[in-house]
Amino acid sequence: MMKLKKIALLLVATIALVSCNNDDDSSAPANVTVDFTFTHNFGGTAIENADYETTSYTNANGESLTLSKLVYLISDITFTATDGTAYTAGDYNLVNARTGSNINFTPGFDLPKGDYTVSFTFGFNDEDNDAAGGYEDLNTADGGWGVPDPLGGGYHYMRMEGTYVNSLGATENFQYHTIRANRHNTLPPGPGTLDELTDTSFTVNLGTVSVGSTTSVEVQMDVAEWFANPNTWDLNTWFTVLMPNYEAQLDMNENGSAGVFSLGTVITED
Amino acid sequence: MNKYWKYLGVCVLIIALHACKDTDDEPTYTPTPVTLGVPEVFQGKLLPPVIPEDNPLTEEGIALGKKLFFDPILSGNGTQACADCHRPEHAFSDPRQFSLGINGNPGTRHSMPLFNIAWNFENKFFWDGRALGLEAQIFDPVVDPNEMANTWPNAESTLQADAEYPELFEQAFGTSRIDSVNVSKAIAQFLRTLVSANSKFDRFQLGLAELTPEEENGLNVFLDEGRGDCFHCHGLPANPLWTDNIFHNNGMDEIITDLGLGGFSGDPREFGHFKSPSLRNLAYTAPFMHDGRFATIEEVINHYSEGLVFSETIDPLMKNVSTGGAHMTESDKADLKAFLLTLSDESFINNPDFRQ
Repeated sequence: MMKLKKIALLLVATIALVSCNNDDDSSAPANVTVDFTFTHNFGGTAIENADYETTSYTNANGESLTLSKLVYLISDITFTATDGTAYTAGDYNLVNARTGSNINFTPGFDLPKGDYTVSFTFGFNDEDNDAAGGYEDLNTADGGWGVPDPLGGGYHYMRMEGTYVNSLGATENFQYHTIRANRHNTLPPGPGTLDELTDTSFTVNLGTVSVGSTTSVEVQMDVAEWFANPNTWDLNTWFTVLMPNYEAQLDMNENGSAGVFSLGTVITED
Repeated sequence: MNKYWKYLGVCVLIIALHACKDTDDEPTYTPTPVTLGVPEVFQGKLLPPVIPEDNPLTEEGIALGKKLFFDPILSGNGTQACADCHRPEHAFSDPRQFSLGINGNPGTRHSMPLFNIAWNFENKFFWDGRALGLEAQIFDPVVDPNEMANTWPNAESTLQADAEYPELFEQAFGTSRIDSVNVSKAIAQFLRTLVSANSKFDRFQLGLAELTPEEENGLNVFLDEGRGDCFHCHGLPANPLWTDNIFHNNGMDEIITDLGLGGFSGDPREFGHFKSPSLRNLAYTAPFMHDGRFATIEEVINHYSEGLVFSETIDPLMKNVSTGGAHMTESDKADLKAFLLTLSDESFINNPDFRQ
C-alpha cells in the first residue's frame, strides 16, 4: 500500500511539473487566424440569393439588368504589419455569391495580434495564373474555371452573368467575364492570333484592420461599380464575347480597381 | 491490499474472457481492395475520383456489381437488366429516344451514358440531379414503374433465393443477407470502373496522335466565345471530363413542360434545367439532349447556332438568343463536328471488362 502511495505521489508531481511547463508556453503571444466574409450589394442594396434572376437593377448607363451568376476568384490575402512584415499563405478562394459557396474563408496562415494593412488580389496575378500544372480544383470548379489557350490560358477572374433590356427593349443575355486581357492580330482567336497579354488582375487595399484573438473581416463588393467608374459601361455595346475583347478587359480592370471592393464590418475581440 | 488484488483479479478475468471471445469469432472477412486507376490524361488536371468511404472498391464488389448490372433478376418480371437501357456498345446509353420498361412503357428522358462517373464532383445524378450520390441513384430504376417496375423487398428476396448471389454478397460484403443497400453499393462499384480516357483527342493530348486541320479548327470553334462557346459548360483540354456536371436551360423550348432540376428542387428559377452531358463518345450515344429530340450531332450544332429560343430560365451563356444563336458558318459547323468526334473512345465500348 505504501508503494502505491509513492507511485501516486510521483504521478501528481509529474502532472504538476508538466502543467507548469504548459503555463510557461502560454505566456508567449499566440498567433491567430482571421476569418473573412464576402458580401455583395448593388449600389448599397444587399444582393441575396432570392434576388438572382428576380430583382432588376439599373446600372450607371441606365440599363435595367438582372443577375444570374456572380462567381469570382480572389488570391493572396496579405496582412502587412507596421514594420513591413507581410503575412500571406498565397492561397486562393473562389466565391460563389449566389449559392454562398466559399463566402466564408479563413486564409491558411496565422499572425500575431496587432494592426495591419490588408490587401488581396482580384483574380490571379500572372505568376499564379501561369503556375505549372494549373489547379486541379479550379479545372472543374463551377463548370471549369479555365481560360482557353488561344486566349492566353490561365483562369477566369470573374463570371458575372445575367440579362439586360437592350436599346430595342428586348431582353438579352450578358456575360461579363473578366480574364487576363488578350490582344489578337485578328479575330476570331486561334493559334497564332495572340499578340499581347496584359495582367488585368488587381490588388485591392482594404485599409487597416486590428487583429485580436478572434477577428472577422467583411469584404463588400458593390456590383454597380463594375458598370460605373471610371468607365460608364454600355451593355448594348459590350454584353457578350468579352473574353477576347482587349479593350473591354482593360476597362473592367479600371472599373474593378476603382471601388468595387471595400472593407465592411470588422469585429475584433481581444 | 486484499481489495486491490480482488480488483486486479476481476480485470484480468474480463480481459481473458474478452480475448477468448475474440478467438472464438471467425476471422473478419476482408474483400480484396481495388484502386481505381487514374488515366494519364486526367493526372494533374482533375481531383482524385470520388469513392465513398463506406463503399470502397473491391474485386468482389465490382464483380458482383457487374453481374447485377447485366442480370434481369432485378426487374419485376425478370426480363430487364440495367444493361438493356445502358448498352456497352452505346457507351452505356440507349439508341432509342426513350427506353421501354418491362411493361413496354416508354420513359420521358433519354438514357444517360455512363462513364467517368467517379469524377462527378457535384455528386448529383440523373438528368435532373435528384439523386445525391451514385448509390442513391441506383435505387430508382428498380422501382420505377416505367423501368424495372419491381419492389425492393421483392428484388431482395429473389436475389436471396438465387443459387449464386448469397455467396457472392458474402464475398463482397461479408454477409450473405442481401439488402438493397449492398445491391446499390455493388452496382456503384462497377459503374465507377467505367473509365473512358482513350479517345483520339486524349492521345493527341499525350502526344500520341495528330489532329487534322478540320479537327484543329473545330477545337478553336469549340473554345471561341463568339462561335461555339462550348467550353463554358462542356470543359476544355484542362477539364477532360468534357462536362461541368451542372444544370442549365439551353434554350430548347419557349414553354417548359419538363421542369428538370426545378421539379426536384422546387425553385422556379431552375425549371427546365438539365445536366450537361459529357461530350465524350458522341459517336455512340445518339440521340441527344435530355429528351433525345436530336438524332444527329448536326442537329445539336444547328440548335446552338440558329435554334435557341428564349424562356425565363434560359442560361445567360446562350448567346444572341433573339436571333437564334451565334450563326456559325457551315464550314465551322462541320469542323466542330469533326473535333467532337475525336472525343469518342472506341476502346471504351469494346473493353471486355465492361461487357457481359
